[in-house]
Amino acid sequence: MAVAQAAAARGLELKRPSAIPGFGLALGFTLTYLSLIVLIPLAALVLKSATLGFEGFWNIVTGARTLAALRLSFVTSLVAATINAVFGVIIAWVLVRYRFPGRRLLDAFVDLPFALPTAVAGIALTALYAPNGWIGSLLAPLGIKVAYTPLGITIALIFIGLPFVVRTVQPVLEELDRELEEASATLGANRRQTVFRVMLPSLLPAILTGFALALARAVGEYGSVIFIAGNLPFISEIAPLLIIIRLEEFSYPQAAAIGTAMLLISFGILLFVHLVQAWQRRRFGHD
Amino acid sequence: MDARVLNEVNYPATSWGPPQTVSGGDNPVDVSVENVVRTFGVTPALHGVSLEIESGELVALLGPSGSGKTTLLRILAGLDIPTAGRVLFGGEDALKLTVQQRNVGLVFQNYALFRHLTVLDNIGFGLRVRPWSRRPSRKEIRRRALELLDLVQLSGLEKRYPSQLSGGQRQRVAFARALAIEPRVLLLDEPFGALDAKVRRDLRRWLLEIHNKTGHTTVFVTHDQEEALELADRVVVMSEGRIEQIGTPDQVYDAPNSPFVFSFIGESSVLPVRVEQGKIWLDESPLDLPVGDTPNGPAKLFLRPHDVEVVDHAPGAISGVVSVLRRHAGLRRVDLEVGAERNRIEIELPADLSLNLARTVAFRPRRFRLYPVASQPPRS
Amino acid sequence: MTDAAIAPLLVSESRGSLVTTEKLPVRVILITVAVVFLVLFLLLPLAAVFVEAFRAGIGAYVAAITELDALAAIRLTLLVAAIAVPANIVFGLAASWVIAKFEFKGKSVLNTLIDLPFSVSPVISGLIYVLLFGAQGYFGPYLQSHGIQIIFALPGIVLATIFVTFPFVARELVPLMQEQGTQEEEAALSLGASGWKTFFKVTLPNIRWALLYGVVLCNARAMGEFGAVSVVSGHIRGKTNTMPLHVEILYNEYSFAAAFAVASLLALLALITLVIKIGLEWRYADQIAASRRH
Repeated sequence: MAVAQAAAARGLELKRPSAIPGFGLALGFTLTYLSLIVLIPLAALVLKSATLGFEGFWNIVTGARTLAALRLSFVTSLVAATINAVFGVIIAWVLVRYRFPGRRLLDAFVDLPFALPTAVAGIALTALYAPNGWIGSLLAPLGIKVAYTPLGITIALIFIGLPFVVRTVQPVLEELDRELEEASATLGANRRQTVFRVMLPSLLPAILTGFALALARAVGEYGSVIFIAGNLPFISEIAPLLIIIRLEEFSYPQAAAIGTAMLLISFGILLFVHLVQAWQRRRFGHD
Repeated sequence: MDARVLNEVNYPATSWGPPQTVSGGDNPVDVSVENVVRTFGVTPALHGVSLEIESGELVALLGPSGSGKTTLLRILAGLDIPTAGRVLFGGEDALKLTVQQRNVGLVFQNYALFRHLTVLDNIGFGLRVRPWSRRPSRKEIRRRALELLDLVQLSGLEKRYPSQLSGGQRQRVAFARALAIEPRVLLLDEPFGALDAKVRRDLRRWLLEIHNKTGHTTVFVTHDQEEALELADRVVVMSEGRIEQIGTPDQVYDAPNSPFVFSFIGESSVLPVRVEQGKIWLDESPLDLPVGDTPNGPAKLFLRPHDVEVVDHAPGAISGVVSVLRRHAGLRRVDLEVGAERNRIEIELPADLSLNLARTVAFRPRRFRLYPVASQPPRS
Repeated sequence: MTDAAIAPLLVSESRGSLVTTEKLPVRVILITVAVVFLVLFLLLPLAAVFVEAFRAGIGAYVAAITELDALAAIRLTLLVAAIAVPANIVFGLAASWVIAKFEFKGKSVLNTLIDLPFSVSPVISGLIYVLLFGAQGYFGPYLQSHGIQIIFALPGIVLATIFVTFPFVARELVPLMQEQGTQEEEAALSLGASGWKTFFKVTLPNIRWALLYGVVLCNARAMGEFGAVSVVSGHIRGKTNTMPLHVEILYNEYSFAAAFAVASLLALLALITLVIKIGLEWRYADQIAASRRH
């Protein structure tokens, strides 16, 4: 292409020369698609929030109701992601290291939250944990209320986030060199020491990544949560719901502001994931 | 040199209490393998192997893949349990001990360093995981680890992580880590297999130095006969789960007791011959070579290509037609077709000898071995 | 052959498992914990869908899914998927072609952009289109004056669905095509094939299983998307309700059995998706991307 040639002549290599055709066409289509679908709409979001000015933005985001909603979304996501991290590791461990009947079926099943529509999960969980539900009715006499409380939200988020941890940890666990365990044993470590001093530390980057992915997903989750949450402002109202309410009120800038805040949280989590992986590459070396 | 004296020079007396192991102290022990059998399902990996290793000895388990050498090493380490047989460390039953209790130092081909720990923490690992009663203080562990780091000539790298080291450096850290627990036996599983040729040679020399300094009973597994011959006090040649021969490097090279050993160690050329009436017969003519006590019947003559001398058609020599000529550094490699069946053998001759293709060359091996062709059914 | 006096009870038949696993009681406990957790959090909700769907009997079930609005919702869901998935296939092919076969500055930015929807809440995915095309959006007045309906109509739903699902195909293709490199294409070109011919005869066959995998995932998400579509659809019964939205409406009206009935169809789709997914992973593992990240 003439542009590439001219650029190359000036010593700028924007693109390495290649005999394969279709670069311009494919790139053009890709960028157009992305612009129309992603970039321009996201720009609209940021622009709309910007119309409030920084102070206006800040006031909305730190308004009592918004803050409560953001806090609720974030805290329940944190708790759910933590629980997923612990049990996700156990599940990954069991699926990778042990053999037992039904293991393959169980392994396939872990992907259910990926495949099941969130609304279906939402009503199913509500049916289970409502006071007259399968599990809710067992817990009610104990005074434990799940549905319509933050506890219910957390349980829905556990459902949503589990595969992230399991599927991130599994391949790393599979690749874990048995020789490390043998070396540890010959050096005198018992099994518990080997697991906690040698294996889990090696898994830490994967566990953190899975945790962060589950967290990011949970913070923005809507469909599976909206039915089981009580949706009471300040108590059990999640941030995405607040956005919808603002939209229905036609308070677009407000909705945009909350949306931008959530976007920033998500990007913060993503940044964390990138940092973990960069740390891992530095510490453990490229594999 | 008394290994114990050397030990004290380099390993200052420790004050950590007796190890948990059955026999105490940091003296190297002798190892006894008695009739060890290991079958996996129906596949036998070891067929009743016996071996005596003296304390302080450096022994090589040499053989091709599938020979059972790694299986034997793992049994010594406690990573595997034999189907039958006994293993004794210093006269005491080692099979009763778990891996943790055996106090063996194991060095892996791929180092198996803990990537999330620094070099120093890797070396000190074996000391840190000891139960409270036997665990040295942090300062002591650190001091000890630094000492070992010095021994393996990597001082200054204690804060590095394995990913920041070269292959040779990693292997030396792995050594130091194994030495830190004051093992009774040092077991090395193809320790230099993952390294470049030059690094491998350097580390071989280095291993010999370390062994002479510390005097551990050392068993190492290799498929590289050069390595085995260079390093070992004795070589154990293994094939298909059996020990073919045990001997010093000279013994296994100069006096191999089976065709397998002859061809596995050093180069070899083979000729099918017959032993009859006290002579060796190649086709219809007798060779002017001593028969020894080889029984009558078909046999194989093994010789080393470079161990020959050309003769001028003297009767009783081996003669063949030159089929391929190759220059090989300062020598010439010659493929000859010998005898009625045109058996191909390779010999090495001085380059200044004038040779052409299709010429006939007669030679006599300076040294050779004769093995009767087994008429029994193959070993099960 | 075996020396009975010595053969220990622990002799394992397989190599190397002696020190690399936990004691039996520990294993049993861990397996139990894992199974109980999975049953409790994953299996029970799925079972609940089907049980609740048939709670009012088969007759009610059939009525629920053949009712007019339900049928309209099914039709709309299928239509949206029929538009979104092919569009995303084209995008996925174009993007992976560009990323895998060429070296250029900004490639990693492109990669990050493609992964973007995964980090964005579904509600925000719908929000952004409302901000653009809604009544008070940037293009709102323009659209109104020209009588074009995007929000609260099919185009909006399709846009939101595309946003949420376009990474699926691309993400399956990019790592695989990167692994496969450019050699085969270069060989084909040197033999005289044109660009398109090369693409269809050389590239496409190499990636067909990964493509199918991506399509299956993309489709499942497209049909099941709730949050994003909920924001842009307007919830107009019979017109702008997809199946998930219809489920929501029924549920909010306390028609529980009907809601679960429609939901069960979606759950069935999810199970079929899982089966195909697992099937592809088992048989064509090496031809599906190196990454198993979702």
